[in-house]
Amino acid sequence: MSRTFKGRVVIGGNVTGESVVTHQGFNVLASYLKALGERSNTAICSDQNNKDIFGKDLAGKIICLPQTIGSTTGGMILQSVANLGIGPKAMLFSEHIDSLAAAGIILCEVWNQKTIVTIDQLGSEFLDYVKTGQQIEVKEYGTVIVM
Amino acid sequence: MRQYKMELSDEEKEILEGKHGEVMRKILESVVLYGEAFEAKRLIPIDGPVHLVTSFGLSGIETVFDMMDELIEAGVKAKAPFTVDPRPMDFENVECSDVQKKIFSVLYSNQARYEEQLRKLGLKNDNAFTCTCYMPQVGNVPKRGQVLSWAESSAVVYANSVIGARTNRTSGIIELLCGILGKVPEFGLVTDEGRRAKWLVEVKTSKLPNAQVLGSAIGMKVVEDVPYIVGLDKFLGKGLNSTTEDYLKDMGAASASNGAVGLYHVENITPEAIEQGRDLLVKDYKTYMIDDEEIERVIKSYPVLWKDLNAKPAKCFIGCPHLSKNQIYEWIEKVSHRLAKAGKDKVEIDTVLCAAPDVISDFKTDEEAYQKLIDMGLHLTYICPLMYMSNPECSKQPIITNSNKLRTYSTARFFLDDEVLDIIVTGIVQGGAGDE
Repeated sequence: MSRTFKGRVVIGGNVTGESVVTHQGFNVLASYLKALGERSNTAICSDQNNKDIFGKDLAGKIICLPQTIGSTTGGMILQSVANLGIGPKAMLFSEHIDSLAAAGIILCEVWNQKTIVTIDQLGSEFLDYVKTGQQIEVKEYGTVIVM
Repeated sequence: MRQYKMELSDEEKEILEGKHGEVMRKILESVVLYGEAFEAKRLIPIDGPVHLVTSFGLSGIETVFDMMDELIEAGVKAKAPFTVDPRPMDFENVECSDVQKKIFSVLYSNQARYEEQLRKLGLKNDNAFTCTCYMPQVGNVPKRGQVLSWAESSAVVYANSVIGARTNRTSGIIELLCGILGKVPEFGLVTDEGRRAKWLVEVKTSKLPNAQVLGSAIGMKVVEDVPYIVGLDKFLGKGLNSTTEDYLKDMGAASASNGAVGLYHVENITPEAIEQGRDLLVKDYKTYMIDDEEIERVIKSYPVLWKDLNAKPAKCFIGCPHLSKNQIYEWIEKVSHRLAKAGKDKVEIDTVLCAAPDVISDFKTDEEAYQKLIDMGLHLTYICPLMYMSNPECSKQPIITNSNKLRTYSTARFFLDDEVLDIIVTGIVQGGAGDE
């Protein structure tokens, strides 16, 4: 049975994909540092402090998270992985988007013409419900369907 | 043209229509979209130079360096000469093995390219690499009430709290784009409402708490909210002086890294607290009391990431954030005193003090003090120890520090200042987090 959530559109678009879920803050730099050095077509999460996603391939996934955390260089790391083709397909925030993630998705959109569909303020219920490996459909106006 | 929610001036509309060139359009579009993500209603002018967080030519982020080239080719530049975070490497003053050096050269393979780009975009000078740009020797010292575009979290919290300037914890690259435009989106810590305190923090310890631990406790509790701290004037006195400024620098850096604090007020000490007092508190504020027991609890909560808890440290880093000139003198005195007590001339552990290049140059004019530092086996460098720890060959070594920021972002093990002194003089690890 599917369930629908509604949030605020930060970067709009229609996209379908597989979820990767972190219940704690998503440390952008720590998660992608190894992948940036390896230059492969995967982005294996290298953040040892995040048990939810450590070791999982983040490339092309829909990342479900509360917010991003860590170094204020996080935005440009996100921009870089997106341009290398190993960035997320979408980012779905249970809370208000933070400044690091906002910078990353906006720099991607404006400077690299790479869209990371981004919806925020989906609520804690969303993060409680969604599980890693589920199919998710994101619609233009901020509707998120977990299938 | 995309539809924007923000109020835009005629000139801004022209820029977004591409009438000032494609690169200016992309710069403004990035800043407007960034502001709209935080419900900013408009852009407001900035009054002072930018401070950038990105100081390293990291391999893998060539996208960013290509973007810098695009800015340079368009002939744009920051409105005022800017400062930037510390450089990652200094082989002359921070001893590294051949393997470590080789990894550094791969990890930061774009360093020369990026520094050249920074110069073309308006870098103040080749000494402008530090997280403490607000030191008088460095000279990026804002004035109270000035609106800024800064990104380095420890500098942001200092500028907002101790100086009373106004900047959000701006994200890397966005801070540079704002510096080129000369404008920032109006939201958060730039506004009067955003600077009000949601927490009353009562310090009820028996003595002045360690600044790094107090900041860490506050950061972990209030996360990104603004705290109003009472009880510190009992130990530090009223108003600001250089000792208090150094204390608040270290406390703020810990609160910004252990949480996400961008501004704190300290009763009878920081400028806005002196002027407005407890009127800065919101109506339904929360309270957090810190006593000796709470300080102990916080220290014991730090995880230790060393494989062998009794290993002899390979290095000790002091100065994250960078030390002031006074703090360099204080450490020389403390180490000298502790060595004399132990009947020794030199430290047992490779101990590295970190400070801004301009602060180091100023300090070195006192040849006697510099010689004393060298004679005791201490090293003085301008690097960011966090960047040293980003090298996997370095981070697997047992490293000790008195910095809560370095502890948070790396495998370095935290010790209080007195414990650090004991360890570097005896070479034996005792006390500290994870001791039980």
